[in-house]
Amino acid sequence: MRCGVVVFPGSNCDHDVYHVLKHVLDQEVRFLWHDEPRLHGSELVVLPGGWSYGDYLRGGALAALSPVMGAVREHAERGGLVLGICNGFQVLTEAKLLPGALRPNRGQRFECRDVYLRVERADTPFTREYAAGQVLRMPIAHGEGNYEHFPYELDRLERDRLVALRYVAPDGALADEWNVNGSARAIAGLANAGGNVFGLMPHPERCAEEVLGNSDGLALFAGAVRGAAQLAGAGR
Amino acid sequence: MKARVTVYPRKEILDPQGKAIQSALARVGFRSVREVRAGKSFELDLGVDDAQQAGDLLAAMCEKLLANTVVEDYEIELLAADAS
Repeated sequence: MRCGVVVFPGSNCDHDVYHVLKHVLDQEVRFLWHDEPRLHGSELVVLPGGWSYGDYLRGGALAALSPVMGAVREHAERGGLVLGICNGFQVLTEAKLLPGALRPNRGQRFECRDVYLRVERADTPFTREYAAGQVLRMPIAHGEGNYEHFPYELDRLERDRLVALRYVAPDGALADEWNVNGSARAIAGLANAGGNVFGLMPHPERCAEEVLGNSDGLALFAGAVRGAAQLAGAGR
Repeated sequence: MKARVTVYPRKEILDPQGKAIQSALARVGFRSVREVRAGKSFELDLGVDDAQQAGDLLAAMCEKLLANTVVEDYEIELLAADAS
């Protein structure tokens, strides 16, 4: 099973993702340079956090048009697994591989802290190792994570069950004061209709080992690796 | 032909930057200000002379890159040649 971690100029969580896939989950991983329209056989592609292209214009806007994204789009359209974390989630929305957009946080501040997330869907490759309704703790670090879309589109997301993770209180209840950035419908993570493209603002790679004091994020990568291996085995 | 494109957050959408600027204005005495919307402005030298073609190009640029129409509106303004 081959994994690829895309590196844009300004990516800064690429090595963390590489570490989790390579050293914690023992997978074959390579970095994929933004300027090359090739995935080198990667079956799981991760767009990491950071400030791609300095986040000029809008977070993820310029990265969404980079050569590697053409290959990522083809991979996604073939049903291949794509995970976008933080800036990677912004890139996926700007590339229209996921619906909506991420705006500056409601509180006007960069938020860097642990948040609580409720798993709304446990039937995507990325959330299959969790239980629906399970509450996770994960760190966030972003200034623009406020999920927005047109109201009728938000209704459609709910109807199509695309919302995979929501910001909640530690007991799992929805509560505005725990919606850290003001996201519409407290959306923290989304899947596409096929479940093969997944984006989230929190950083699972920063909580994927006991030594870090929190391993709630590991199952997300473990699920993705298993899902990608199954797809590869099925000769997708 | 030169043009200016202005991009603003849609009216229905919270604009934290505009809010922060509004409260800073109030702090320095401009308390009557009711709303500030913060946007971006782009000046382009398009390399074409036809106004119709320029308008089409600008609309395509806005849809593809300059604005994210999920959350932003844009306005296009062709600038008279002698304004440059």
